[in-house]
Amino acid sequence: MPRGYRTGGGDGDLVEVLVDRLVDYKANVRRCAADELGATVAELLSGDSAVVVPAGAPQAWLSAYQGKILRDGEPRPLAVAELDAPGVAVLTGCAVAIAQTGTLILDAGPDQGRRALTLVPDHHVCVVHSGQIAAGVPEALGRLADPTRPLTLVSGPSATSDIELNRVEGVHGPRRLDVIVVL
Amino acid sequence: MRIALFVTCVNDLVFPGTGRAVVRVLERLGHTVEFPAEQGCCGQMHANSGYRDEALPLVANYVKTFDGYDAIVGPSGSCVAMIRDWYPKLVSGADAVAARTYELSELLVDVLGVTDVGAAFPHRVTYHPTCHGLRMLRLGDRPYRLLRAVRGLELVDLPGAEECCGFGGTFAMKNAGVSGAMLADKCASIVDTGAEYVAAVDNSCLAHIGGGLSRTRVKAKPIHYAEILAS
Amino acid sequence: MTGTGNIVARLPFPVAARKELADTQLRANLRRATHTIRDKRLRVVGEVPDWEELRVAGAAIKDDVLARLPELLERFEAAATAAGATVHWARDAAEACTVVTDLVRRSGATEVVKVKSMATQEIGLNEALEAAGIEAVETDLAELIVQLAGDTPSHILVPAIHYNRTQIRDIFDRNGLLSDRARTDDPPALAEAARRHLRAKFLSAKVGISGANFAVADSGTLVVVESEGNGRMCLTLPETLISVVGIEKIVPTFRDLEVFLQLLPRSSTGERMNPYTSLWTGVTPGDGPQTVHIVLVDNGRTDTLADEVGRQALRCIRCSACLNVCPVYERVGGHAYGSVYPGPIGAILSPQMSGGGANRTLPYASTLCGACFDACPVRINIPEVLVHLRQIGKHPPAERAAMRALSWTMRDRRRYAAALRLARRSAAPVRWLAGDRIRHLPWPLSAWTRFRDAPLPAPESFRDWWTRAHG
Repeated sequence: MPRGYRTGGGDGDLVEVLVDRLVDYKANVRRCAADELGATVAELLSGDSAVVVPAGAPQAWLSAYQGKILRDGEPRPLAVAELDAPGVAVLTGCAVAIAQTGTLILDAGPDQGRRALTLVPDHHVCVVHSGQIAAGVPEALGRLADPTRPLTLVSGPSATSDIELNRVEGVHGPRRLDVIVVL
Repeated sequence: MRIALFVTCVNDLVFPGTGRAVVRVLERLGHTVEFPAEQGCCGQMHANSGYRDEALPLVANYVKTFDGYDAIVGPSGSCVAMIRDWYPKLVSGADAVAARTYELSELLVDVLGVTDVGAAFPHRVTYHPTCHGLRMLRLGDRPYRLLRAVRGLELVDLPGAEECCGFGGTFAMKNAGVSGAMLADKCASIVDTGAEYVAAVDNSCLAHIGGGLSRTRVKAKPIHYAEILAS
Repeated sequence: MTGTGNIVARLPFPVAARKELADTQLRANLRRATHTIRDKRLRVVGEVPDWEELRVAGAAIKDDVLARLPELLERFEAAATAAGATVHWARDAAEACTVVTDLVRRSGATEVVKVKSMATQEIGLNEALEAAGIEAVETDLAELIVQLAGDTPSHILVPAIHYNRTQIRDIFDRNGLLSDRARTDDPPALAEAARRHLRAKFLSAKVGISGANFAVADSGTLVVVESEGNGRMCLTLPETLISVVGIEKIVPTFRDLEVFLQLLPRSSTGERMNPYTSLWTGVTPGDGPQTVHIVLVDNGRTDTLADEVGRQALRCIRCSACLNVCPVYERVGGHAYGSVYPGPIGAILSPQMSGGGANRTLPYASTLCGACFDACPVRINIPEVLVHLRQIGKHPPAERAAMRALSWTMRDRRRYAAALRLARRSAAPVRWLAGDRIRHLPWPLSAWTRFRDAPLPAPESFRDWWTRAHG
């Protein structure tokens, strides 16, 4: 098979490229050091009434958060109605991010949970560690631990181009996407 | 170099001035041009309309007629595209003669290494890159470079230049309504430029565009760019 | 087996086009939309330095799939089954509709939510479900618009491309979607109205129906590429998921997706990446639908595969880049093609999947300008296939006779010179009467002079001048 296209890592600052692409698609991006993560999360969730987190979300993420926490699966999986309640946000990590396309790949890992969690709430906050950033699509797909897990590639908030082919953000998926890049 | 002129059937019958212009340009540059009288039609209309069997004798005639020449020049982007792209697929042994067949701008710029052919044409001109010249031959900026070197010529950009004019051979007849709509848009773009002349590498597209311009009594006139280069 | 369903044109293209051409609002909408997307596509393709290499790889992967399709389909079936999915096979549209309808009936649902899918449009699934008393709710914004308008899609990617925002506002208004709000035609407000309208349906649906952009043979994975999140809703929330997939959607390995996930978004919406792409493999306990069906549909694809030149049409990944750059599509829109596959790709796909009848006129719905080939991310040489289909199709006897006569004349020097002389002499009195430009020609040449003046043969042919000047 002729695979003359780029497959390796790119040069240049991947964080900068990722941030540029995320912002271009109307995601809100924050950069912080590892010890600032708790405070950054708390600040981004300050307008929400509750936050949904997957069972495996690290405690440190919520160290400074004062609001209500709904942990999926503890003791039972959250009902769709709970996820759909007004003002509910969701906080997850990701498996890999793609710099060149501004994409977050969720693979249902412990800090991401099942697919409905990042779909039904209207506000998604996603934590990306700089080591998780791949240059392009081939490198990112190659990094996935198990491609048969449910995978969701997220590039910016929900959007449509169905009216006069102009992009409008915010239809069925989360209308706000905040990305925290941990340096 | 033995340069043969393949004038094309449309030029032979309707636009002989284009053939005369090619001869004039090449002779002015010091070359000798031959016109093999056995030549006929390249078979493009037949092949593109789904009449391959009818095209084949025409292809064979072209190959036989032009086989011995170092370079063959054809003042038509679509005919040269037919020869270069399709002949090798249609008949065996056509590769060599097809590869030595050039559209005028290719011959001048690539083979003869000339962009200034010593022409003068003090007019406002816009250029329509015809589809086969643009996307099959990939003529690129060659015609533009030749036109920019013409003394007194003001070359103005054509909005939506790369869009098809709507000719398409038998398309103009079989889908006359769609063809007419495309033509109307192309003519409007030409009028917008305020050009006196619209130039192209293909008289069949120009006949279509010119027919549309004269129907709407627009003053812009179609002209094959070889005739500008010969002036 | 010949394909059936919504891929058979009822009217010859020139006849269908006449009606669309007369609609000036349609032409304005199409021009605006196609030019917007064209420019976006050029920008994002331009920033990829290895675009040509990706196109070459995409074409090669798809050609490999087509060369060993039966083997890969079986591998896909085995892998998907092992992952908990049930795989069904359908030879044509009717069979596929029966399979899906039965599955929905067995689930007990009377309403299903649908992700936009070309395969389900192709087989006419919504009509079949309706006949069985099942309501199919289209959840893609454009599909919803078209469904509410009682219309049919006119574009592969943007089915409502033929409407502008004001017309969409009016459609929503007529259907009660805007009742409690200001009747604005602001696109974000219209998107919000669609969100509210569909939210309850998503949260309560028992059955979701999707297509798939890709099906990975090695792993049994399906892929849906979308923007709005309606796809994720349909793929995630219902208990049962039924995916209708054309057999040419196969790619051999997961790795091959690295090519198509780059080619597809940039070619279709002109984005670096579409907002959401979902991949799933059979059933995942505790996550998403626990009953998963996959219906593999032939519907004329095996017929198409048998043609050496024409089979490249099956490489198509439904990006619709060829529609957006096509000057013919831009003037007439999708309905004129009479098939769910409009534009250049439709002109080669529909006649091959379901030949005969009005579909025979589709290969002539092109000037062979080549813009589609340049834009195609999997390098389908659409002009080549168009010419090939013209070649193997039937020709009108009178046209055939004229082409034969012309060929006979032009292959011989003496006959050719005599014909030139005859044309020149016949033109002389016409020129004397009418001047250089002819405004009216008799049928069938009147098709030319309807829109343009015709030139006359010159007073002296080139070869006569040559003999005079050089002889």
